[in-house]
Amino acid sequence: MREPFIHAKDLRYAYTDENGLKQPVLQGLTLDIAKGEYVAILGHNGSGKSTFAKLLNMILEPDSGELVVAGHDLMSEDLTEEDFYALRREVGMVFQNPDNQLVATIVEEDVAFGPENLGVPTAEIRTRVDAALAAVGMTEYARHEPHRLSGGQKQRVAIAGVLAMEPACMLLDEATAMLDPKGRREVIESVEKLNREKGITVLMITHYMNEAARADRVIVMDDGVILMDGTPREVFANPRILQEAGLDVPQCTALVHALREKGIPLDGEPVNAEECAALLLGLLEDK
Amino acid sequence: MKNIAFGQYYPAHSPLHAMDARMKVVLSVLYIVAAFLCKNVLSFAALLLSALLLLCLSRLPLRIVLRSLRPLFFIMLFTAMLNLFFSGGETVLVSFWRITIYVEGLYSALFMLVRILVLIFGTGVFLTYTTTPIALTDAIESLLSPLRILKVPVHEFAMMMSIALRFIPTLMEETAKIMNAQKARGVDFSSGGLIKRAKALVPILIPLIVSSFRRADELAMAMECRCYRGGKGRTRMTVPHLHAGDFAALALMLLFGVGILYLNRLGIGFTL
Repeated sequence: MREPFIHAKDLRYAYTDENGLKQPVLQGLTLDIAKGEYVAILGHNGSGKSTFAKLLNMILEPDSGELVVAGHDLMSEDLTEEDFYALRREVGMVFQNPDNQLVATIVEEDVAFGPENLGVPTAEIRTRVDAALAAVGMTEYARHEPHRLSGGQKQRVAIAGVLAMEPACMLLDEATAMLDPKGRREVIESVEKLNREKGITVLMITHYMNEAARADRVIVMDDGVILMDGTPREVFANPRILQEAGLDVPQCTALVHALREKGIPLDGEPVNAEECAALLLGLLEDK
Repeated sequence: MKNIAFGQYYPAHSPLHAMDARMKVVLSVLYIVAAFLCKNVLSFAALLLSALLLLCLSRLPLRIVLRSLRPLFFIMLFTAMLNLFFSGGETVLVSFWRITIYVEGLYSALFMLVRILVLIFGTGVFLTYTTTPIALTDAIESLLSPLRILKVPVHEFAMMMSIALRFIPTLMEETAKIMNAQKARGVDFSSGGLIKRAKALVPILIPLIVSSFRRADELAMAMECRCYRGGKGRTRMTVPHLHAGDFAALALMLLFGVGILYLNRLGIGFTL
C-alpha cells in the first residue's frame, strides 16, 4: 500500500474539564487515509470526530499514539513553527458557522487571506483567487460583501479560501450543519468536484446520512474509537450497529431494511434514492 | 437589515472615487490646513469656491452632503452667534439694548461658518463618501507603517479595524434575532421610562456579548488554520499604486495652499 496521507495509530486525547478532571475523547484511534480519498466521518455528539479533525491540523495536540499527516510526524519533539504552517497549508479546514470564518469585507479579499498570510507573490495571489472562486462557482460574487450572501454561498467562499492555499486535504467540520438543503447541496457538490478533479483528499464530518452515503468511504466513530469503516454500502448494511451508536441510517436504507423484516424479498443495499427506487421498481415489475 | 451600509460610502464613478486612498488622506489633511490658513474675504471666497468645485468633481448628490452637515448645525450656529455678538471691533454695525454688533464680528462669524462647513465637507468628500472603509483602513495602515520602527503594532490595529467592520452587519443581524426572541417571551422594549427601557436592553446585551466572545474564539481558530501570523512576511493581493493623477491632485492642493497665502497678503477688507 502507498504511504498513507494520514496515519493514526492508537491515538489518544483527553481534555481537562472545569473541575480539573481528565475527560478522554479519543481512546486509541487507529486509521489510515490515502491521498485522494473521499471520506465521511459519522458519529453522535461527543464521539470525538471533531477532536480528531483538530488534531490533524495541530489545533490540538494528541496525548499519545502515532500521528503522521502529509509526511509530518506530529508526535515528533522537534516540530518547528514552520512545520505548523506547512501542515496547515496542506490541511485546510472549513468550520460549521460560515459567519465566523470569513475575515474580510469583500469576498475576493477573504479568499486572498490565506495566500497573503503565506507570503505568495501579489500576481500569483490574483490567479489563485480567481481559480479558487471559479472552482466553487462564485466568480460572479467576487466583489460582494460576505454578509449579503446565503449560507451555502458563504461556505463556498470559505472553501475557496482554503483552496487558494492549494491544500492536499480538506477537512469539513460539519460544514453543512447550519445550511438549508439547497446550501448543503451546493457545498457538497463543490467539495465532490474538488475531490474528483483536483484529487484533494476530503474528510467530511457530518450528521447527515445522505451526505455520508455519497462518500467513497464511511467511518463511524463512537466513544473515541472507530466502530465501523467501509464503503457506504457496507456500513449502512448494519443499521443495528449504527442505531446503537446513536445514528440513523439513510431513509432509503431504513425503508429497505423495514420491508425486508416484513418478509419482502429485496436484495442489495441501496445508499441513495435512485438505487432504492430502481430496487423497488424491479420488485414490482417481477410481480 | 441586509442593506446596512458601512460608514457613509456613496458608490459612484468619479475622479475622487478612483484616487488612491492614501493620497486622499493626505489631501484631506492639507485641505484642513488650507481652511485654517484663510484670513480674509478673498481667501475664504476661494475656499468656498474650491468646495463647490470638489462637490462637482465627486459627483455626490447635494442632499447626501447636506445631510452630513445636519448633526453639526447647532455647533455651527453657536459658533457663528458667539463670533457675532462677542467680537470686539471698531465699526459698529447695529447697536440695541446692551448688544453691539460690529462689522468685524459679522465677518468673523461668516468666516467661522465657512471654515467649519468646509472642514466637514472636505473630510466627507475626500474620505467618508468616496472611500470604502476597508480602503481607508488599508490606507491608514500604509501611512502609519513607518511607526513600526517604534514598535507600534500598526498591522494589528488595521486588522482589528477591518474585522470590526466585517462583523458590524453580522452582529446587527444577531441583535435583531435576540430582540425578536426576547419579544416573543414578552419583553417590552418600546414603553416605559428611560430606566425601564435601559433595563430591557440587558437581556439583549448579555447574550450578544457572550456570542461575540464565541465568535471571536472561532474566528481566531479559523484565522490560525489559514496560517495567519500577524503582519510578518505577509503579501497583499491588491497593492495600491499611486498614479500620475494622484500626484497632479497633490500638486493642485499645494498650489491651492500657496494661492490662499497669496490672497491673504492682498489684505482687502477685514482680516482675521
